[in-house]
Amino acid sequence: MTVARFWRKIPQRYNLIGTRCERCGRHFFPPRTFCPDCRRAGKIVNHKFAGTGTVVTYTVIHTANEQFEAYTPYVLAIIRLDEGPRMTAQIICSPKDVKIGMRVKSTFRRIATDGDSGIIHYGTKFIPAE
Amino acid sequence: MRDVAVIGIGCTRFGEKWESSFRDLFVEAGALALADAQLSGEKIDAMYVGNMSAGRFIEQEHIGALIADYAGLSTHHIASTRVEAACASGGLAFRQAVIAVASGMEDIVVAAGVEKMTDVEPGASTDTLTGAADREWEGFVGATFPGLYAMIATDYMHRYPLTREQLAQVAVKNHYNGARNPIAQYQQEITIDTVLKSTMVAEPLRLFDCSPITDGAAAVIVAPLERAKEFTDTPIRVLASAQASDTITLHDRRDISTLDATVAAGQRAFKKAKLSHKDIDMVEVHDCFSIAEICAIEDLGFCRKGTAGKFTADGETALGGKIPVNTSGGLKACGHPVGATGIKQVCEIVQQLRGEAGKRQVDGAKIGMTHNVGGTGATVAVHILGRA
Repeated sequence: MTVARFWRKIPQRYNLIGTRCERCGRHFFPPRTFCPDCRRAGKIVNHKFAGTGTVVTYTVIHTANEQFEAYTPYVLAIIRLDEGPRMTAQIICSPKDVKIGMRVKSTFRRIATDGDSGIIHYGTKFIPAE
Repeated sequence: MRDVAVIGIGCTRFGEKWESSFRDLFVEAGALALADAQLSGEKIDAMYVGNMSAGRFIEQEHIGALIADYAGLSTHHIASTRVEAACASGGLAFRQAVIAVASGMEDIVVAAGVEKMTDVEPGASTDTLTGAADREWEGFVGATFPGLYAMIATDYMHRYPLTREQLAQVAVKNHYNGARNPIAQYQQEITIDTVLKSTMVAEPLRLFDCSPITDGAAAVIVAPLERAKEFTDTPIRVLASAQASDTITLHDRRDISTLDATVAAGQRAFKKAKLSHKDIDMVEVHDCFSIAEICAIEDLGFCRKGTAGKFTADGETALGGKIPVNTSGGLKACGHPVGATGIKQVCEIVQQLRGEAGKRQVDGAKIGMTHNVGGTGATVAVHILGRA
Protein backbone atom coordinates (compact mmCIF):
# COMPACT_ATOMS: atom_id res chain seq x y z
CA MET A 1 0.00 0.00 0.00
CA THR A 2 1.39 3.42 -0.91
CA VAL A 3 1.85 6.02 1.81
CA ALA A 4 -0.81 8.31 0.31
CA ARG A 5 -3.42 5.56 0.25
CA PHE A 6 -2.80 4.79 3.91
CA TRP A 7 -2.32 8.41 5.02
CA ARG A 8 -5.62 9.70 3.68
CA LYS A 9 -7.53 7.24 5.88
CA ILE A 10 -5.59 7.95 9.09
CA PRO A 11 -8.44 9.87 10.79
CA GLN A 12 -10.83 6.95 10.26
CA ARG A 13 -8.36 4.18 11.03
CA TYR A 14 -6.71 5.76 14.10
CA ASN A 15 -9.53 7.74 15.68
CA LEU A 16 -12.79 6.30 14.33
CA ILE A 17 -13.77 9.52 12.59
CA GLY A 18 -16.87 8.71 10.56
CA THR A 19 -19.72 10.85 9.34
CA ARG A 20 -23.28 11.71 10.30
CA CYS A 21 -26.19 13.05 8.27
CA GLU A 22 -27.44 16.19 10.06
CA ARG A 23 -30.79 15.94 8.28
CA CYS A 24 -31.79 12.44 9.45
CA GLY A 25 -29.26 11.82 12.24
CA ARG A 26 -27.94 8.55 10.79
CA HIS A 27 -24.28 7.75 11.53
CA PHE A 28 -21.82 6.22 9.08
CA PHE A 29 -18.69 4.24 9.72
CA PRO A 30 -16.73 3.81 7.52
CA PRO A 31 -17.63 7.37 6.51
CA ARG A 32 -19.99 8.01 3.64
CA THR A 33 -20.20 11.31 1.82
CA PHE A 34 -23.70 10.56 0.51
CA CYS A 35 -26.63 9.65 2.79
CA PRO A 36 -28.52 6.65 1.33
CA ASP A 37 -31.76 7.84 3.01
CA CYS A 38 -31.71 11.60 2.35
CA ARG A 39 -29.67 11.35 -0.82
CA ARG A 40 -28.87 14.82 -2.24
CA ALA A 41 -30.95 16.54 0.45
CA GLY A 42 -28.69 15.11 3.17
CA LYS A 43 -26.02 17.15 4.99
CA ILE A 44 -22.95 15.10 5.90
CA VAL A 45 -20.62 16.19 8.74
CA ASN A 46 -17.70 14.44 10.47
CA HIS A 47 -18.42 12.49 13.63
CA LYS A 48 -16.00 10.97 16.13
CA PHE A 49 -17.34 7.63 17.35
CA ALA A 50 -17.14 6.75 21.05
CA GLY A 51 -15.52 3.40 20.21
CA THR A 52 -17.87 1.28 22.31
CA GLY A 53 -20.03 -1.44 20.88
CA THR A 54 -21.37 -4.99 20.88
CA VAL A 55 -20.26 -8.13 19.03
CA VAL A 56 -22.80 -9.08 16.32
CA THR A 57 -20.96 -12.13 14.98
CA TYR A 58 -17.40 -13.43 14.88
CA THR A 59 -14.96 -16.04 13.64
CA VAL A 60 -11.50 -17.23 14.60
CA ILE A 61 -9.16 -17.03 11.61
CA HIS A 62 -6.74 -19.96 11.38
CA THR A 63 -5.73 -19.57 7.72
CA ALA A 64 -4.90 -15.94 7.01
CA ASN A 65 -3.81 -13.80 4.08
CA GLU A 66 -0.03 -13.36 3.84
CA GLN A 67 0.17 -10.16 5.91
CA PHE A 68 -1.70 -11.72 8.81
CA GLU A 69 -0.14 -15.19 8.92
CA ALA A 70 2.01 -14.33 11.95
CA TYR A 71 -1.07 -13.45 14.02
CA THR A 72 -3.15 -16.65 13.66
CA PRO A 73 -5.34 -17.71 15.30
CA TYR A 74 -7.02 -14.33 15.75
CA VAL A 75 -10.58 -13.25 16.48
CA LEU A 76 -12.37 -11.29 13.76
CA ALA A 77 -15.79 -9.82 14.44
CA ILE A 78 -18.56 -7.58 13.21
CA ILE A 79 -19.19 -4.99 15.90
CA ARG A 80 -22.23 -2.76 16.22
CA LEU A 81 -21.02 0.63 17.42
CA ASP A 82 -23.31 2.23 19.99
CA GLU A 83 -24.12 5.03 17.53
CA GLY A 84 -25.59 2.44 15.12
CA PRO A 85 -23.23 1.47 12.31
CA ARG A 86 -21.44 -1.85 12.19
CA MET A 87 -17.79 -2.45 11.35
CA THR A 88 -15.42 -5.38 10.91
CA ALA A 89 -12.43 -5.52 13.26
CA GLN A 90 -10.21 -7.84 15.26
CA ILE A 91 -10.88 -8.40 18.95
CA ILE A 92 -7.88 -8.90 21.20
CA CYS A 93 -8.99 -11.76 23.42
CA SER A 94 -8.68 -15.51 23.70
CA PRO A 95 -10.67 -17.28 20.95
CA LYS A 96 -12.64 -19.13 23.63
CA ASP A 97 -13.79 -15.90 25.31
CA VAL A 98 -15.50 -14.20 22.36
CA LYS A 99 -19.32 -14.29 22.42
CA ILE A 100 -22.19 -12.76 20.49
CA GLY A 101 -23.50 -9.80 22.50
CA MET A 102 -20.15 -9.20 24.24
CA ARG A 103 -19.42 -5.54 25.00
CA VAL A 104 -16.16 -4.23 23.48
CA LYS A 105 -14.24 -0.95 23.26
CA SER A 106 -11.79 0.30 20.65
CA THR A 107 -8.04 0.45 21.05
CA PHE A 108 -5.20 1.69 18.85
CA ARG A 109 -3.04 -1.18 17.58
CA ARG A 110 -0.72 -2.33 14.85
CA ILE A 111 -2.76 -4.15 12.20
CA ALA A 112 -0.13 -5.44 9.74
CA THR A 113 3.08 -4.52 7.95
CA ASP A 114 3.95 -4.28 4.26
CA GLY A 115 6.84 -6.77 4.37
CA ASP A 116 10.13 -6.05 6.18
CA SER A 117 10.69 -2.54 4.84
CA GLY A 118 7.17 -1.34 3.99
CA ILE A 119 4.91 0.91 6.01
CA ILE A 120 3.37 -0.32 9.25
CA HIS A 121 -0.43 -0.28 9.19
CA TYR A 122 -1.93 0.99 12.43
CA GLY A 123 -5.62 1.10 13.13
CA THR A 124 -8.43 0.12 15.44
CA LYS A 125 -8.90 -3.21 17.18
CA PHE A 126 -11.28 -3.93 20.04
CA ILE A 127 -10.85 -5.35 23.54
CA PRO A 128 -13.49 -6.78 25.89
CA ALA A 129 -15.14 -3.96 27.86
CA GLU A 130 -16.40 -5.95 30.83
CA MET B 1 -37.91 -7.95 -26.53
CA ARG B 2 -37.07 -11.20 -28.30
CA ASP B 3 -37.05 -14.64 -26.69
CA VAL B 4 -33.52 -16.00 -26.29
CA ALA B 5 -32.22 -19.56 -26.44
CA VAL B 6 -28.97 -21.31 -25.58
CA ILE B 7 -27.81 -23.18 -28.70
CA GLY B 8 -24.41 -24.44 -27.60
CA ILE B 9 -22.35 -25.14 -24.48
CA GLY B 10 -18.73 -26.03 -23.75
CA CYS B 11 -16.71 -26.45 -20.62
CA THR B 12 -13.12 -27.49 -19.92
CA ARG B 13 -12.31 -29.99 -17.20
CA PHE B 14 -11.92 -27.95 -13.98
CA GLY B 15 -8.88 -28.36 -11.76
CA GLU B 16 -5.27 -27.38 -11.15
CA LYS B 17 -4.28 -27.30 -14.79
CA TRP B 18 -0.54 -26.72 -14.73
CA GLU B 19 -0.26 -27.66 -18.41
CA SER B 20 -2.87 -25.15 -19.63
CA SER B 21 -2.53 -21.40 -19.96
CA PHE B 22 -5.31 -18.81 -19.69
CA ARG B 23 -5.48 -18.74 -23.49
CA ASP B 24 -5.56 -22.53 -23.81
CA LEU B 25 -8.50 -22.68 -21.40
CA PHE B 26 -10.85 -20.26 -23.12
CA VAL B 27 -9.99 -21.50 -26.62
CA GLU B 28 -10.85 -25.06 -25.53
CA ALA B 29 -14.18 -24.04 -23.98
CA GLY B 30 -15.11 -21.81 -26.93
CA ALA B 31 -14.30 -24.52 -29.48
CA LEU B 32 -16.43 -27.03 -27.57
CA ALA B 33 -19.38 -24.61 -27.51
CA LEU B 34 -19.08 -23.85 -31.24
CA ALA B 35 -18.89 -27.56 -32.08
CA ASP B 36 -21.92 -28.19 -29.87
CA ALA B 37 -23.91 -25.54 -31.78
CA GLN B 38 -22.48 -26.75 -35.12
CA LEU B 39 -21.60 -23.15 -35.72
CA SER B 40 -18.60 -21.65 -37.43
CA GLY B 41 -16.83 -18.79 -35.71
CA GLU B 42 -17.50 -16.15 -38.34
CA LYS B 43 -21.24 -16.28 -37.49
CA ILE B 44 -20.52 -14.77 -34.07
CA ASP B 45 -21.64 -11.16 -33.67
CA ALA B 46 -20.43 -10.43 -30.17
CA MET B 47 -18.86 -11.92 -27.08
CA TYR B 48 -19.05 -11.21 -23.34
CA VAL B 49 -16.35 -12.68 -21.13
CA GLY B 50 -16.64 -13.06 -17.38
CA ASN B 51 -13.30 -12.76 -15.65
CA MET B 52 -12.57 -11.57 -12.14
CA SER B 53 -8.90 -10.85 -11.97
CA ALA B 54 -6.63 -11.79 -14.86
CA GLY B 55 -4.81 -8.60 -13.91
CA ARG B 56 -3.65 -10.09 -10.63
CA PHE B 57 -3.69 -13.79 -11.50
CA ILE B 58 -1.69 -13.57 -14.75
CA GLU B 59 -0.95 -9.82 -15.02
CA GLN B 60 -3.05 -9.54 -18.16
CA GLU B 61 -5.80 -7.00 -18.77
CA HIS B 62 -7.75 -6.30 -21.98
CA ILE B 63 -9.25 -9.78 -21.89
CA GLY B 64 -12.10 -9.12 -24.34
CA ALA B 65 -9.84 -8.44 -27.31
CA LEU B 66 -7.33 -11.12 -26.29
CA ILE B 67 -10.01 -13.80 -26.30
CA ALA B 68 -11.52 -12.71 -29.62
CA ASP B 69 -8.00 -12.71 -31.11
CA TYR B 70 -7.03 -16.19 -29.87
CA ALA B 71 -10.45 -17.53 -30.83
CA GLY B 72 -9.32 -16.70 -34.38
CA LEU B 73 -11.80 -13.86 -34.79
CA SER B 74 -9.50 -10.84 -35.02
CA THR B 75 -10.20 -10.37 -38.74
CA HIS B 76 -13.95 -10.38 -38.05
CA HIS B 77 -13.63 -7.49 -35.60
CA ILE B 78 -16.46 -8.73 -33.38
CA ALA B 79 -17.57 -6.73 -30.35
CA SER B 80 -15.89 -8.42 -27.37
CA THR B 81 -16.42 -7.15 -23.83
CA ARG B 82 -15.03 -8.22 -20.46
CA VAL B 83 -17.52 -8.31 -17.59
CA GLU B 84 -16.37 -8.20 -13.96
CA ALA B 85 -18.33 -8.72 -10.75
CA ALA B 86 -15.92 -10.89 -8.74
CA CYS B 87 -17.28 -14.46 -8.48
CA ALA B 88 -20.48 -13.39 -10.32
CA SER B 89 -18.57 -12.29 -13.43
CA GLY B 90 -19.76 -15.32 -15.41
CA GLY B 91 -23.40 -14.88 -14.45
CA LEU B 92 -23.27 -11.25 -15.49
CA ALA B 93 -21.54 -12.09 -18.79
CA PHE B 94 -24.37 -14.53 -19.56
CA ARG B 95 -26.93 -11.86 -18.67
CA GLN B 96 -25.22 -9.31 -20.94
CA ALA B 97 -25.30 -11.79 -23.82
CA VAL B 98 -29.00 -12.46 -23.20
CA ILE B 99 -29.74 -8.72 -23.12
CA ALA B 100 -27.81 -8.18 -26.37
CA VAL B 101 -29.86 -10.82 -28.19
CA ALA B 102 -33.19 -9.98 -26.52
CA SER B 103 -32.83 -6.33 -27.48
CA GLY B 104 -32.31 -7.15 -31.14
CA MET B 105 -28.87 -5.53 -31.19
CA GLU B 106 -27.06 -8.82 -31.89
CA ASP B 107 -28.02 -12.29 -33.10
CA ILE B 108 -25.33 -14.87 -32.26
CA VAL B 109 -23.55 -14.04 -29.02
CA VAL B 110 -21.00 -15.96 -26.96
CA ALA B 111 -21.04 -15.71 -23.18
CA ALA B 112 -17.84 -17.09 -21.72
CA GLY B 113 -16.07 -17.20 -18.40
CA VAL B 114 -12.46 -17.98 -17.61
CA GLU B 115 -10.10 -17.88 -14.67
CA LYS B 116 -6.51 -19.08 -14.38
CA MET B 117 -5.86 -19.06 -10.63
CA THR B 118 -2.89 -21.38 -10.07
CA ASP B 119 -0.19 -19.29 -11.76
CA VAL B 120 0.29 -17.40 -8.46
CA GLU B 121 1.18 -18.67 -4.98
CA PRO B 122 -1.80 -19.75 -2.82
CA GLY B 123 -1.31 -16.75 -0.50
CA ALA B 124 -1.54 -14.39 -3.45
CA SER B 125 -4.70 -16.03 -4.82
CA THR B 126 -6.39 -15.79 -1.40
CA ASP B 127 -5.42 -12.12 -1.23
CA THR B 128 -6.74 -11.43 -4.74
CA LEU B 129 -10.07 -13.02 -3.83
CA THR B 130 -10.28 -10.71 -0.80
CA GLY B 131 -10.71 -7.93 -3.35
CA ALA B 132 -14.25 -9.24 -3.91
CA ALA B 133 -15.06 -7.84 -0.46
CA ASP B 134 -14.21 -4.33 0.80
CA ARG B 135 -10.43 -4.06 0.69
CA GLU B 136 -10.29 -0.93 2.88
CA TRP B 137 -12.69 -1.99 5.64
CA GLU B 138 -12.71 -5.79 5.59
CA GLY B 139 -9.48 -7.01 3.99
CA PHE B 140 -7.37 -4.32 5.67
CA VAL B 141 -8.28 -5.47 9.19
CA GLY B 142 -7.56 -9.14 8.52
CA ALA B 143 -10.76 -10.50 7.00
CA THR B 144 -10.40 -13.38 4.56
CA PHE B 145 -13.16 -14.70 2.33
CA PRO B 146 -13.65 -17.85 4.40
CA GLY B 147 -13.60 -15.56 7.46
CA LEU B 148 -16.48 -13.46 6.17
CA TYR B 149 -18.62 -16.49 5.35
CA ALA B 150 -17.62 -17.97 8.72
CA MET B 151 -19.17 -14.90 10.36
CA ILE B 152 -22.38 -15.62 8.44
CA ALA B 153 -22.21 -19.20 9.77
CA THR B 154 -21.67 -18.04 13.37
CA ASP B 155 -24.65 -15.66 13.13
CA TYR B 156 -26.82 -18.30 11.45
CA MET B 157 -26.00 -21.05 13.96
CA HIS B 158 -26.67 -18.67 16.85
CA ARG B 159 -30.16 -17.89 15.56
CA TYR B 160 -31.34 -21.03 13.78
CA PRO B 161 -31.09 -24.78 14.32
CA LEU B 162 -28.12 -25.82 12.16
CA THR B 163 -25.72 -28.48 13.40
CA ARG B 164 -22.10 -28.81 12.36
CA GLU B 165 -22.98 -32.21 10.83
CA GLN B 166 -25.84 -30.76 8.77
CA LEU B 167 -23.49 -28.10 7.43
CA ALA B 168 -20.96 -30.79 6.48
CA GLN B 169 -23.71 -32.65 4.61
CA VAL B 170 -23.71 -29.84 2.00
CA ALA B 171 -20.12 -30.73 1.06
CA VAL B 172 -20.79 -34.49 1.25
CA LYS B 173 -23.75 -34.15 -1.13
CA ASN B 174 -21.80 -31.93 -3.54
CA HIS B 175 -18.87 -34.35 -3.64
CA TYR B 176 -21.33 -37.19 -4.36
CA ASN B 177 -22.57 -35.21 -7.38
CA GLY B 178 -19.05 -34.19 -8.39
CA ALA B 179 -18.06 -37.86 -8.47
CA ARG B 180 -20.66 -38.22 -11.24
CA ASN B 181 -19.48 -35.22 -13.29
CA PRO B 182 -16.59 -35.85 -15.72
CA ILE B 183 -15.50 -32.17 -15.69
CA ALA B 184 -15.41 -31.85 -11.88
CA GLN B 185 -12.17 -30.96 -10.11
CA TYR B 186 -12.88 -33.51 -7.35
CA GLN B 187 -14.56 -36.73 -8.40
CA GLN B 188 -14.29 -38.48 -5.04
CA GLU B 189 -17.07 -39.00 -2.54
CA ILE B 190 -16.41 -37.90 1.04
CA THR B 191 -18.09 -38.47 4.41
CA ILE B 192 -19.18 -36.10 7.16
CA ASP B 193 -16.06 -37.20 9.00
CA THR B 194 -13.86 -36.01 6.11
CA VAL B 195 -15.28 -32.52 6.62
CA LEU B 196 -15.18 -32.53 10.42
CA LYS B 197 -11.56 -33.74 10.53
CA SER B 198 -10.25 -31.35 7.88
CA THR B 199 -8.06 -28.34 8.71
CA MET B 200 -9.77 -25.45 10.50
CA VAL B 201 -9.82 -22.39 8.21
CA ALA B 202 -12.10 -19.88 9.94
CA GLU B 203 -14.29 -21.15 12.76
CA PRO B 204 -16.69 -22.87 12.29
CA LEU B 205 -15.65 -23.48 8.65
CA ARG B 206 -13.08 -26.15 7.81
CA LEU B 207 -11.21 -26.83 4.59
CA PHE B 208 -13.97 -29.10 3.23
CA ASP B 209 -16.54 -26.36 3.78
CA CYS B 210 -14.64 -24.23 1.26
CA SER B 211 -14.59 -24.26 -2.54
CA PRO B 212 -11.09 -24.75 -3.99
CA ILE B 213 -8.74 -22.69 -6.15
CA THR B 214 -9.43 -23.78 -9.72
CA ASP B 215 -8.43 -23.21 -13.34
CA GLY B 216 -11.13 -23.52 -15.94
CA ALA B 217 -13.26 -21.97 -18.65
CA ALA B 218 -16.80 -22.34 -19.91
CA ALA B 219 -18.71 -20.90 -22.86
CA VAL B 220 -22.30 -20.84 -24.05
CA ILE B 221 -23.80 -19.49 -27.26
CA VAL B 222 -27.12 -17.68 -27.29
CA ALA B 223 -29.33 -16.77 -30.23
CA PRO B 224 -32.87 -15.57 -30.88
CA LEU B 225 -35.28 -18.42 -30.09
CA GLU B 226 -36.85 -18.09 -33.55
CA ARG B 227 -33.48 -18.94 -35.16
CA ALA B 228 -32.39 -21.57 -32.62
CA LYS B 229 -33.58 -24.57 -34.67
CA GLU B 230 -31.06 -23.64 -37.38
CA PHE B 231 -28.34 -24.75 -34.98
CA THR B 232 -29.73 -27.36 -32.62
CA ASP B 233 -32.62 -29.77 -32.16
CA THR B 234 -32.65 -29.05 -28.44
CA PRO B 235 -32.60 -25.29 -27.89
CA ILE B 236 -32.93 -24.27 -24.24
CA ARG B 237 -34.99 -21.17 -23.64
CA VAL B 238 -33.93 -18.40 -21.25
CA LEU B 239 -37.12 -17.87 -19.24
CA ALA B 240 -35.74 -15.14 -16.98
CA SER B 241 -32.57 -13.16 -16.32
CA ALA B 242 -32.28 -11.14 -13.13
CA GLN B 243 -29.52 -9.31 -11.31
CA ALA B 244 -29.36 -7.48 -7.99
CA SER B 245 -26.83 -5.66 -5.82
CA ASP B 246 -26.33 -5.00 -2.10
CA THR B 247 -23.75 -3.40 0.20
CA ILE B 248 -20.15 -4.34 -0.59
CA THR B 249 -19.40 -5.14 3.07
CA LEU B 250 -21.00 -7.96 4.99
CA HIS B 251 -21.28 -5.79 8.12
CA ASP B 252 -23.59 -3.27 6.41
CA ARG B 253 -26.20 -5.88 5.40
CA ARG B 254 -29.73 -5.62 6.79
CA ASP B 255 -29.42 -9.23 8.03
CA ILE B 256 -26.08 -11.05 8.21
CA SER B 257 -27.62 -14.46 7.43
CA THR B 258 -29.80 -13.35 4.50
CA LEU B 259 -28.44 -12.36 1.12
CA ASP B 260 -31.02 -9.72 0.21
CA ALA B 261 -29.58 -9.55 -3.31
CA THR B 262 -30.38 -13.26 -3.71
CA VAL B 263 -33.91 -12.65 -2.45
CA ALA B 264 -34.36 -9.71 -4.85
CA ALA B 265 -32.87 -11.42 -7.91
CA GLY B 266 -34.80 -14.63 -7.19
CA GLN B 267 -38.12 -12.82 -6.85
CA ARG B 268 -37.50 -10.80 -10.02
CA ALA B 269 -36.64 -13.96 -11.96
CA PHE B 270 -39.71 -15.86 -10.74
CA LYS B 271 -41.94 -12.88 -11.55
CA LYS B 272 -40.49 -12.49 -15.05
CA ALA B 273 -40.88 -16.21 -15.81
CA LYS B 274 -44.32 -16.34 -14.11
CA LEU B 275 -43.06 -19.33 -12.10
CA SER B 276 -42.49 -20.24 -8.45
CA HIS B 277 -39.86 -22.33 -6.67
CA LYS B 278 -42.21 -25.32 -7.04
CA ASP B 279 -41.71 -25.26 -10.82
CA ILE B 280 -37.91 -25.63 -10.63
CA ASP B 281 -36.60 -29.16 -11.21
CA MET B 282 -32.97 -28.47 -10.16
CA VAL B 283 -30.88 -25.47 -9.21
CA GLU B 284 -27.19 -24.62 -9.35
CA VAL B 285 -26.49 -22.33 -6.38
CA HIS B 286 -23.32 -20.48 -5.41
CA ASP B 287 -21.86 -22.74 -2.70
CA CYS B 288 -18.50 -21.00 -2.36
CA PHE B 289 -18.78 -22.19 1.26
CA SER B 290 -21.15 -24.75 2.75
CA ILE B 291 -23.03 -22.04 4.66
CA ALA B 292 -23.57 -20.18 1.37
CA GLU B 293 -25.65 -23.07 0.00
CA ILE B 294 -27.70 -23.13 3.21
CA CYS B 295 -28.50 -19.42 2.84
CA ALA B 296 -29.05 -19.66 -0.94
CA ILE B 297 -31.74 -22.35 -0.91
CA GLU B 298 -33.62 -20.40 1.77
CA ASP B 299 -33.20 -17.00 0.14
CA LEU B 300 -34.41 -18.40 -3.22
CA GLY B 301 -37.48 -19.79 -1.45
CA PHE B 302 -36.85 -23.55 -1.68
CA CYS B 303 -37.24 -23.87 2.10
CA ARG B 304 -38.07 -21.55 5.01
CA LYS B 305 -35.38 -19.50 6.77
CA GLY B 306 -33.72 -21.58 9.41
CA THR B 307 -34.73 -24.96 7.99
CA ALA B 308 -32.08 -25.60 5.29
CA GLY B 309 -29.89 -27.70 7.60
CA LYS B 310 -32.61 -30.26 8.22
CA PHE B 311 -33.78 -29.98 4.59
CA THR B 312 -30.24 -30.90 3.47
CA ALA B 313 -29.76 -33.66 6.07
CA ASP B 314 -33.09 -35.17 5.00
CA GLY B 315 -31.76 -35.52 1.46
CA GLU B 316 -34.17 -33.05 -0.11
CA THR B 317 -31.33 -31.28 -1.99
CA ALA B 318 -29.70 -34.53 -3.17
CA LEU B 319 -30.32 -36.26 -6.51
CA GLY B 320 -33.79 -37.77 -6.15
CA GLY B 321 -34.77 -35.23 -3.47
CA LYS B 322 -37.44 -32.52 -3.62
CA ILE B 323 -35.09 -30.04 -5.30
CA PRO B 324 -31.69 -31.36 -6.40
CA VAL B 325 -29.12 -28.64 -5.66
CA ASN B 326 -25.75 -28.41 -7.44
CA THR B 327 -25.96 -31.56 -9.53
CA SER B 328 -22.64 -30.48 -11.09
CA GLY B 329 -20.94 -30.87 -7.72
CA GLY B 330 -21.27 -27.14 -7.15
CA LEU B 331 -18.35 -24.86 -6.52
CA LYS B 332 -17.19 -27.23 -3.77
CA ALA B 333 -16.56 -30.36 -5.85
CA CYS B 334 -16.78 -29.20 -9.48
CA GLY B 335 -14.39 -26.36 -8.61
CA HIS B 336 -14.57 -22.58 -8.67
CA PRO B 337 -12.59 -20.81 -11.39
CA VAL B 338 -14.32 -17.61 -10.30
CA GLY B 339 -15.04 -15.94 -13.65
CA ALA B 340 -16.13 -19.24 -15.24
CA THR B 341 -18.47 -20.46 -12.49
CA GLY B 342 -21.59 -18.57 -13.60
CA ILE B 343 -21.23 -19.93 -17.14
CA LYS B 344 -20.54 -23.48 -15.92
CA GLN B 345 -23.80 -23.30 -13.95
CA VAL B 346 -25.66 -22.54 -17.19
CA CYS B 347 -23.85 -25.42 -18.94
CA GLU B 348 -24.94 -27.81 -16.19
CA ILE B 349 -28.60 -26.76 -16.33
CA VAL B 350 -28.59 -26.98 -20.15
CA GLN B 351 -27.14 -30.51 -19.94
CA GLN B 352 -29.84 -31.47 -17.45
CA LEU B 353 -32.62 -30.01 -19.62
CA ARG B 354 -31.32 -31.81 -22.70
CA GLY B 355 -31.18 -35.06 -20.73
CA GLU B 356 -27.42 -35.30 -21.22
CA ALA B 357 -26.30 -35.26 -17.58
CA GLY B 358 -25.44 -38.97 -17.40
CA LYS B 359 -25.23 -40.44 -13.90
CA ARG B 360 -26.41 -37.19 -12.30
CA GLN B 361 -29.44 -36.74 -14.57
CA VAL B 362 -32.59 -35.40 -12.90
CA ASP B 363 -35.47 -37.43 -14.34
CA GLY B 364 -37.83 -35.44 -16.55
CA ALA B 365 -36.03 -32.13 -15.98
CA LYS B 366 -37.98 -29.32 -17.65
CA ILE B 367 -37.01 -26.12 -15.82
CA GLY B 368 -33.76 -25.24 -14.06
CA MET B 369 -32.24 -22.27 -12.26
CA THR B 370 -28.77 -20.79 -11.74
CA HIS B 371 -27.67 -18.55 -8.85
CA ASN B 372 -24.29 -16.82 -9.01
CA VAL B 373 -22.97 -14.59 -6.21
CA GLY B 374 -20.23 -11.95 -6.23
CA GLY B 375 -18.38 -11.31 -2.97
CA THR B 376 -20.41 -12.01 0.15
CA GLY B 377 -23.62 -11.11 -1.68
CA ALA B 378 -23.01 -7.65 -3.15
CA THR B 379 -23.91 -8.93 -6.63
CA VAL B 380 -26.26 -11.77 -7.51
CA ALA B 381 -27.35 -13.09 -10.91
CA VAL B 382 -30.23 -15.53 -11.23
CA HIS B 383 -31.35 -17.22 -14.45
CA ILE B 384 -34.22 -19.57 -15.18
CA LEU B 385 -33.91 -21.87 -18.18
CA GLY B 386 -36.44 -24.26 -19.69
CA ARG B 387 -36.92 -26.70 -22.53
CA ALA B 388 -38.02 -24.76 -25.61
